[in-house]
Amino acid sequence: MKPHLRFEDVACRRGGRLLFEGLSLALGPGEALHLTGPNGSGKSSLIRLAAGLLREESGRVERSELALADDGLALDRELPLRRALGFWGGAVGDAMNALDLARLAQVPVRLLSTGQVKRATLARVAASGAALWLLDEPLNGLDRDGVARLDALVAAHLARGGAVLAASHGPLGGSWAQLELGV
Amino acid sequence: MIGALIARDVRRTIGGAAWLPVGFFLVVATLVPFAVGPDPRLLERIAAGGLWIAALTAALLPIERLIEPDRANGVLDQLTIRGTSEEAVGAAKVAAHWLTFGPLLLIAALPGSFILGIAPSALGRTLVALTIGTPGLAALSVMVAALTAGLPRAGALAGVLLLPLAIPLLIFGAGAAGDPESGGLLLEAAVSLLLVAASPFVIGAAIRASRT
Repeated sequence: MKPHLRFEDVACRRGGRLLFEGLSLALGPGEALHLTGPNGSGKSSLIRLAAGLLREESGRVERSELALADDGLALDRELPLRRALGFWGGAVGDAMNALDLARLAQVPVRLLSTGQVKRATLARVAASGAALWLLDEPLNGLDRDGVARLDALVAAHLARGGAVLAASHGPLGGSWAQLELGV
Repeated sequence: MIGALIARDVRRTIGGAAWLPVGFFLVVATLVPFAVGPDPRLLERIAAGGLWIAALTAALLPIERLIEPDRANGVLDQLTIRGTSEEAVGAAKVAAHWLTFGPLLLIAALPGSFILGIAPSALGRTLVALTIGTPGLAALSVMVAALTAGLPRAGALAGVLLLPLAIPLLIFGAGAAGDPESGGLLLEAAVSLLLVAASPFVIGAAIRASRT
């Protein structure tokens, strides 16, 4: 089966500095990869490469339809959460329930706390219906309940044949392949 | 996605700062009689030029909110990920900006013309020239906004970039209002069309270049 994400001998250069080279990986349906590595080792750059937001210095990246959660909220701050998420479409109601956001549906985005904002970005990804999820530091700001809900969402996504690539310093629930950058 | 993006931008501006450039336009137009004195013949001669200078300075006001908030907030990234090209985003941004800038400016140009004592015979031509010029001015504003997005002191830089680039619009637009035989209207239309046609590509390239 065709992988959702494939890197072939990819090099990434940022600001004149070579972050990594000769990187090859493939993420097929049901596969999850946990990126680790010290600050500045290129985790976020790898995720933005995978998303197509950065150009690879050399090599090739192939990707299927994807969704990205990073520190960009991408929701209109003045709108109620439900409407703000609705702009991006998809199964918004289900995603909000899965992250326990339903009771915040009418609350303007600008009033949400850090953890609630993180849940909202994850809900945007969960609602998208994309096969490949790219999560950059998904645990930042989440409480224990939020982490458990994220783990459940990821498990369900993998069971449906999706793939997940996550960069995180914290431990992620479930079974993840590991890739350490900067070693 | 394009229609939704235009509708969103228009809704956000109408609910927010749409009247600010228009108010600024009228304030600048009001300054002209104070600066040059109340002589009606003198004012009549410079009225069209005064309106155009007011329009150019008013176009500077919204620049910092046209692209930068969506870049910083990740909206532009999410649009790209969902398969909307940066050029299409640029075209949508220009359309949405013109919708909230052009018509309001034209409405404000009526009291503005009155303040400057424009000749009745020139009023129609001035409004037509402004109508033709505002799409070009809107396109130029969004281009400059995209080029300066994320830079420090972007507001000041935008002024230094936009005003010189708007000189062709100013010359032909104010000229067309003054002399119907000058052919200024056609040249202004050509400049406006060029700016609008180039804007999606300039904005798209600027958005890509601003990614880090």
